[in-house]
Amino acid sequence: MHYYSHSQRLARYSYLFFCGVVFLFLILPILIIIPLSFNVEPYFTFTEKMLSFDPDGYSLRWYQDLFSSEEWIRTIKNSFFIAFFATIIATSLGTLAALGLSQSYMPYSKTIMSILISPLIVPIIISAVGMFFFYAKLGLTNTFLGAILAHAVLGTPFVVITVTAALSNFDYDLIKAGKSLGASAYTIFTKITMPLVLPGVISGALFAFITSFDEVVVILFIGGFEQKTVTVQMWSGIREQISPTILAVATMFFLVSVFMLVTLELLRRRSEKLR
Amino acid sequence: MLDTVTLKKDLQRSEKKLKIRAFLLVLPLLVFVCFTFLTPVFSLMFQSVENSEIPTLLPNTVQEIADWSGQEAPSEAVFAALITDLTAAKKQNQIGKLARRINYNLSGARSALKKVARRLDQLTPPYKEKVIKLNKKWGDVKIWRIIQRENSVITSSYYVAAMDMQYNIKTDDVEFKSEDERIYLSLFVKTLLISLAVTLLCLMLGYPVAYLLAELPLKYSNLLMILVLLPFWSSLLVRTTSWIVILQSQGVLNDLFIFFGITEEGDRIRMAYNMTGTIIAMTHILLPFTILPLYSVMKGIPKSYMQAASSLGGRWLYSFVRVYMPQTIPGISAGALLVFILSIGYYITPALIGGQSGQLISNLIAYHIQQSLNWGLGAALSTLLLASILLLYWIYNKMVGIDKLKF
Repeated sequence: MHYYSHSQRLARYSYLFFCGVVFLFLILPILIIIPLSFNVEPYFTFTEKMLSFDPDGYSLRWYQDLFSSEEWIRTIKNSFFIAFFATIIATSLGTLAALGLSQSYMPYSKTIMSILISPLIVPIIISAVGMFFFYAKLGLTNTFLGAILAHAVLGTPFVVITVTAALSNFDYDLIKAGKSLGASAYTIFTKITMPLVLPGVISGALFAFITSFDEVVVILFIGGFEQKTVTVQMWSGIREQISPTILAVATMFFLVSVFMLVTLELLRRRSEKLR
Repeated sequence: MLDTVTLKKDLQRSEKKLKIRAFLLVLPLLVFVCFTFLTPVFSLMFQSVENSEIPTLLPNTVQEIADWSGQEAPSEAVFAALITDLTAAKKQNQIGKLARRINYNLSGARSALKKVARRLDQLTPPYKEKVIKLNKKWGDVKIWRIIQRENSVITSSYYVAAMDMQYNIKTDDVEFKSEDERIYLSLFVKTLLISLAVTLLCLMLGYPVAYLLAELPLKYSNLLMILVLLPFWSSLLVRTTSWIVILQSQGVLNDLFIFFGITEEGDRIRMAYNMTGTIIAMTHILLPFTILPLYSVMKGIPKSYMQAASSLGGRWLYSFVRVYMPQTIPGISAGALLVFILSIGYYITPALIGGQSGQLISNLIAYHIQQSLNWGLGAALSTLLLASILLLYWIYNKMVGIDKLKF
């Protein structure tokens, strides 16, 4: 691009500067907790020793705290347990529904779609309070089953959306071609349909998993001491007395989100290549 | 010869089969969502009009008081009915529930009721004077008016309270409370204003960035996209924690200000645990939701339009405003509506970083469910919030379409 005048160049640079500031605004708050989680002092700011890169200013004590605390370990296990089963339910039901929704014969597909997406739109506090009232009547509060069902339904919209999107680009002629070449229904499913749709299913499953893993409000309302997840533990930690152990946990969460991002990006590229 | 009628019927039959097959695939999830999600939300809405306590626990009183004039304390017959009902309620251990219910409409009614309930064995007819002697509230018309008014299993009284209204003590008409007593309406307005502020901030920060991402060659924009997607994928709780760490008085930003001499050690700026904290953290969390739809719309606008505009002599800014921006309106509306819908219902971030002044309507709902235990009021507030969200969702669906919702 050519910039003719001095003022135009100035405008361009100030525009780029503005964008740079916004990018920093986006990313710095997430990165800042990583060095702070290695702080040797129980402060939430950089000590002088940290700023001068003195090794004495850094330590692993908050990570030791984290992994030697039975309560943190128990809640982390709970989070994985609930998220795992919630993901399985959400992914299987969501994929089936997306297969139905993407067919042109589907009656009332728009209405049904808006019902299926509703857990995403309704504010979390309303979902949580509603579940609290209703699940209590069924004896599902303070049970793992209740927590899993609640998290599963919160994750289903993501599965429906991603799998429907994957199917919208699906070329049904490929199935006809397979049939005309004499492939069985099983072969067509495993060799044609699955490889093309699987990336969508996996991204949906990842979404469902992270939805459950990050969720705190619903468990606060319907879960008991037994079902306490790591996010609930963090929540009470932040509310009552914020200890740097939380920053260590937050750093672990950051690693999970990096893993998610990379996996999804790889999946996206793969499905683009196949197209 | 081809029989067109049978052919048509065959076609219809096979289409019906396909329809049923497609529907059967959706059915399990539909049932699951109805059972685990929609029914709970409806049961919450039902809670906002539910009023079983007074008609079921005070059946005789409700009947006796039906044609009471409402000018002075009711007759002995009503008092006798009250004693009968309270004796029955006490046997079922329901006095607390009833007292709490009446107390929602009249503070102080709880102790009035409990006092009588405690002395039930010692009371002998005639009751009227003895009961009034126990607690003056029984000589007043207020408590009786509530019992008379709330005689049905459905009540609108929680909505009256949720809209900052009250019943006129003389006429029973619904009227607004005096302006300094209107907490819920002002909180609704505040929630809308904060959501609007967050939406505008997101657009102001997001639009230029989305334009840069769309304009840059893919190898650079993909790299910069990570900076947008990483926060998008990070946990909400983690991001709120980060902002507490950054914004609090002893936090990173204040230390930085002092280091650069912007503020003094003595007057550190309060940015966390107030409305500023809520707005900053919410803007950060919701910014990717504006950038992503804007980016995908801008990516689809051919560069030749701007080139054509400038070759026709339009200055850059003029061409940008007149040619480019109108084409990005779908992205603006998608991003802005999504952010607005999400921020109206925000709970976690205001609860953790909002302090007193940064609380939104969701936080008040949680307060009524968990602490004040006025479930009816909490449910009424939830229903009002849900209604406004659904309205916005409907607009979003009309303007953008839910099928455009992608991740």
